Amino acid sequence: MRHGLTLKIGPAAFRVGSDWRAPIADLRTLYADYPPAPDGFADFTVRLEAKRPWRRFVRPSVHLGGDYMLPDALPLSLAHGLLAAEMGMNLQMALGWRRHLLIHASAVEKDGRALILTGESGSGKSTLAAMLGERGWRLLGDEFTLLDLDSDSVRGFPRLVSLKNAGIAAVEAVADAARFGPRLEATPKGAIRHLVPRADAIARMDEPAAPALLLYPRYGFDAATRRLAKSENFMRLTQASTNYVALGERGFGTLSRFVESVPALALDYSDGEAGIAEVERLWTEHVG
Amino acid sequence: MSAVRDLVAVLRDPAVALAFDGARWTRLLSVARAEVLDGTLAHRCADLALPAPIAAMLADIRSASETATRRAVWEAEMARRALAPLGVAVILLKGTTYAAAGLDPAPGRQIGDLDILVPRDRIDAVEAALLGNGWEWVKQDDYDDAYYRRWMHELPPLVHSERDRMIDVHHTILPLTARPTPDAAAMIADAVPIGDGGLMMLSREDMICHAAAHLIADGDLAGGLRNLWDIDRLLRQFASDAPDFWDRLATRADRHDLGPAVARAVRLAHRLYATPLPNDWHKGARSDAVFVRRLLARNGWGQETHGVNRFAFYVRSHLLRMPLRQLLPHLATKWRKRGLGGTG
Amino acid sequence: MPDAAPDPVYHAPPAATLLRTPLDLLDAIYDRRSGLTHLVGEPVPAILDALAAGPASAADLMQRLADDYAIEGELAALRARLAELAALGLVDARAL
Repeated sequence: MRHGLTLKIGPAAFRVGSDWRAPIADLRTLYADYPPAPDGFADFTVRLEAKRPWRRFVRPSVHLGGDYMLPDALPLSLAHGLLAAEMGMNLQMALGWRRHLLIHASAVEKDGRALILTGESGSGKSTLAAMLGERGWRLLGDEFTLLDLDSDSVRGFPRLVSLKNAGIAAVEAVADAARFGPRLEATPKGAIRHLVPRADAIARMDEPAAPALLLYPRYGFDAATRRLAKSENFMRLTQASTNYVALGERGFGTLSRFVESVPALALDYSDGEAGIAEVERLWTEHVG
Repeated sequence: MSAVRDLVAVLRDPAVALAFDGARWTRLLSVARAEVLDGTLAHRCADLALPAPIAAMLADIRSASETATRRAVWEAEMARRALAPLGVAVILLKGTTYAAAGLDPAPGRQIGDLDILVPRDRIDAVEAALLGNGWEWVKQDDYDDAYYRRWMHELPPLVHSERDRMIDVHHTILPLTARPTPDAAAMIADAVPIGDGGLMMLSREDMICHAAAHLIADGDLAGGLRNLWDIDRLLRQFASDAPDFWDRLATRADRHDLGPAVARAVRLAHRLYATPLPNDWHKGARSDAVFVRRLLARNGWGQETHGVNRFAFYVRSHLLRMPLRQLLPHLATKWRKRGLGGTG
Repeated sequence: MPDAAPDPVYHAPPAATLLRTPLDLLDAIYDRRSGLTHLVGEPVPAILDALAAGPASAADLMQRLADDYAIEGELAALRARLAELAALGLVDARAL
């Protein structure tokens, strides 16, 4: 392919190739502080490709390819090329990563212990994690939380944070403007803007943390918290994991120990500031 | 050397990969994944002293493959349980056979759907028993359904509602429309048990005939490197177990109308994977080179290349599967559906 | 399940096939052969334990459950549970 780069995020290294210059230039800027793939070896390849040669120029649309692909993925406009690259890396992890149990969750760390926030899109977990990352917590990851299959610790995977819609302005108010990517309007997920994690989150990305608290936030509801039964938590985490089934017995063991040792609470909150305050209160109450 | 040629070379002799740098490994792995040979590659390279990041990824692939294989074999056992009351022998085909019987292509081999062969006159009973045990039709339209039943060599695919795995029930090994007409009844009659678990597999000669038929007569060579790897491993194993294997294979291939297909597959396996052949199997055809070019049509990013050659093979595979007067209405119907925004 | 074998004998899977994690309300069971995880409540764990002592018909199993686990119930209900477990592959129903 004409343009490409490699980069390493936590334990995984990627090679991204593109028929166009722009998406790779965006990645180079935003991932400037990340190391390249060690010795050039990338675990996964992502391709941003034009389906026909002339489609590089005429109504350019980006087809997402790579080692792992979805059969019916719709093409994106070239203006959303950065989003395509991010989606491509997510897809490789979701479908191909086997070294950790992957939970669809954000995570932050304090004093060596990890707070994990899981939930559907729109639950506010990305925004909460990004806000906490600006307030003394270290961001471990936005899209995926990686649980080590042997030590049960949380492994950092500090990708760009993908802020959506109302979450964008909330984080713009507290984070350095230089750390934001271009605002992408009218993507399939609405408006999106990527945030580069703080420098210490990138520098310390190979430092694991012990999981201490799991929250299921839900944005836009009257404030309430509820302790989850272990069996409900187990079931919901199997659904929130992209590779639980593929990991087989080791995934079962890791998840069983996680559910046994980490308290889990559902957290409904009505607005960002109240959500942050409630998260920090629950952390003090359950972790210290 | 191109990444896909690297793949072939490493499968043949893993030690050559010791000289590869990280970037070359990246290309190798991408191509191996595209050819669904990553599990096989990971197993072939298990004993090499490789840099830690590469070794770790290969170990991950092996471990995932082991879990997936176990699950595929279990699916066969569930089909056996469902069909046991009918007294129909369940004959496994392709990947599941290799795993269940512990044959040499098995380590790391990816297994997709469960393919089984049953006698044609029991197909309705088999269908009913599967439907009664949690399998259901994959959603499709009436045209596809009729097409499968009338012309293809299988029931329309069924999927298990709980386990979400597909089963393809075949009653012969090539479409009824295909030019070669393998003797499915003879294959069923000569099937042999796999251990004492109640599952069956084709005889060794028939297993090669079936793999060759799929590669040459049925398919458009997509996934051909993997199918040829199966053939290479099986030939090495069977020939070393029985000195007269090659003669028995030739006789059996003729019986199934598959002499040229088997001969071609054997030659291609030799060209790519250095399968040891007796002298009289070497007699090459000049067109083998076209097949090899098609098999190696992939670049270091994992993308397919050689568009025209690939399209020619697609047309060729349809011509082989059905005579022209059937082909035209079929393609026309597919085209019309596409024109209307259908899923064809 | 079809009624082809009206009174089958039920077999437990070989020892160490199933891994079990007791959670608060349910047990999580991992089946090493299928790679599936099942979340089950009583009486399923008791049925699996009772069957581990050896193959049994539904009626025999009923007796075992009553003697060893103090679980009483309808034979029809037990048959229904066993049929579900057979469909999941957790027990094997074999014709006599």
